[in-house]
Amino acid sequence: MTGAALWGRAGTLQPGLEMRALVLTVNRLVWFVPTLLGLLVITFTISHIIPADPIAFIAGDNATAEQIAALKAKFGVDKPVPVQLWNYILGVAEGDFGISLYTQRPIAEDLIARLPATLELAFVAVILSGVIGIPLGVLAAVRRNSWLDHGLRVFTVSGLAIAAFWFAILLQLLFAMHLDWTPLQGRVDGWGPDPVTGFYIVDSILAGDLETLADVIGHMVLPTVTLSFPAMATIMRFTRAGVLDAINSNYVDYQLAMGVPRRVVVWRYVLRNALIGTVTQVGLVFGNLIANAVVVEAVFDWPGLGLYAVNSILQSDYNGIMGFTLIMGTVFIIVNLLVDISHGLIDPRETG
Amino acid sequence: MLETTLFLLRRLASDRTAALGALIITLLVVVAIAAPVLSTHPGDVTEFHPPERLLPPSDDHFFGTDRMGADVYSRLLFGARITIAIAVIAIGASVLVGIPVGLIAGYYRNWVSDALMRISDIFLAVPQIVLAIAIAQTLGPSIENVILALSATYWPFWARLVYAETRSALNDTYVEASIALGASPWRVMILHVLPNISSSVIVRTTIGMGGTILTAAVLGFLGLGPPAPSPEWGRTIAESREFLPEAWWYATAPGLAIFLVVMGFNLLGDGLRDILDPRTRRSGDG
Repeated sequence: MTGAALWGRAGTLQPGLEMRALVLTVNRLVWFVPTLLGLLVITFTISHIIPADPIAFIAGDNATAEQIAALKAKFGVDKPVPVQLWNYILGVAEGDFGISLYTQRPIAEDLIARLPATLELAFVAVILSGVIGIPLGVLAAVRRNSWLDHGLRVFTVSGLAIAAFWFAILLQLLFAMHLDWTPLQGRVDGWGPDPVTGFYIVDSILAGDLETLADVIGHMVLPTVTLSFPAMATIMRFTRAGVLDAINSNYVDYQLAMGVPRRVVVWRYVLRNALIGTVTQVGLVFGNLIANAVVVEAVFDWPGLGLYAVNSILQSDYNGIMGFTLIMGTVFIIVNLLVDISHGLIDPRETG
Repeated sequence: MLETTLFLLRRLASDRTAALGALIITLLVVVAIAAPVLSTHPGDVTEFHPPERLLPPSDDHFFGTDRMGADVYSRLLFGARITIAIAVIAIGASVLVGIPVGLIAGYYRNWVSDALMRISDIFLAVPQIVLAIAIAQTLGPSIENVILALSATYWPFWARLVYAETRSALNDTYVEASIALGASPWRVMILHVLPNISSSVIVRTTIGMGGTILTAAVLGFLGLGPPAPSPEWGRTIAESREFLPEAWWYATAPGLAIFLVVMGFNLLGDGLRDILDPRTRRSGDG
């Protein structure tokens, strides 16, 4: 049975499926905690076991034996490894990510302050990629092997092969340096809108400040275009494949035979089925987006988590890097959880 | 074996995009091997000529010179060697770890296989680049550490793939038959399961090469790759940034090289998938 047939006329789930969707949701939620703990074990291993002697690194070359012993006690590394791991997990659970060696501030505070900048960029890029990528993917499928389809294929192949940081630099070179159409870098000129949510677009609308809003959007153009290019390529590719798979189904023939206009069949019924495959890719797309955000923020001097990570790398700030890894990992795990759950809700076949 | 290879090559040659991919990769390998011969200034990997810094492209310097007065074109060719070394070794190590893990977890149904797959899932639950950055940063910038960081974060992709393929192969009659005939687990895994899942492994490995080259370039760009004066492409782009917009050639050439090489592996991977793995054929592309 096709997905569309299982959906009621009004687009609601048929009775009995809610229960199974609930089971699936609970099942995925139960895996959330062990996955997060696993991530903690990995970051603990990287930060506490791989460095040959982190204390010697922190203490410097001229430290005396007493100073090293004191530091070891301070950081708890004089205890056995399982105890250290336990303390580490307890600390993170309380929101204690340690002190940044670079900003000398609690890492958790730094990261929370910078999270909205990265999320705003990622959300706008995801929305842009979906809003443009999905219709283009449908068009490429409907007009298969036309010049449009071939042109779009060149676009997707390029989007998946280009290094985001290089594309960012090219855009900067052309649009900011030569043409001077967009700002070179940063998030806003001046101080930005009064912080309410931390999302500058929302904040400047809340403040009713259209001038700042225009400035904020101007600053967002190049970073979001950079992030959207590969994401759009992935979405287009999967939408195209999904539409081509769905368009050969019996229900399409049936509806066309019944006199339903082709456009309605494609955009209403085929697309809904095709999107099931695309939704599963949103996790992948978001993961790549987060990964690219690190370098894109570095190029555009965008004050988010990625730039924080880059600064931590430059300053050899292990704590900062681990905090970044934990936050990014957690965001990614949550996104995948939401994708899994929504996938189960959209495609009833998945609830088994 | 020879016949299969010939068949593969014929099919590849008839698929224009896959042939283009294969051509790009062949070119990359040739360039990497023949770098000392093909480069116009082979000494410029380590020698510098400050008076000639930041010269635009010319007959003497095809892609201009960099901040040290070294020939960008020649360094690009030697950079290909680093790219190939990193990608081949990192992918090789990931495959060597991922295949046995996937086979064992797929063949047996006990706590060991559960544990192996849970560990893979945790690695897959975090974007690869994020963990790779953390590991590379902890270990310090060097080519060996880039390879280590990439291998440590990439093996779960193959473990997952081989696990799923093994589970489905175990339902096939030929595997059931060989188990019934008393074949040992290792015999079944290596002689029966592995050859039948090799197509998907080859396809994923080809596409994975592209992804690994991109990730390695990111590490290089962030300063986590081989240290200066290495001609690694990502590092070269990072170095070029402070000389923009004047020295556009300095940033453009290495980025174009990364783009072409990654595209080559992606195109070849797509083509191989169409030929080797008809189940996941690109719909309607014939």
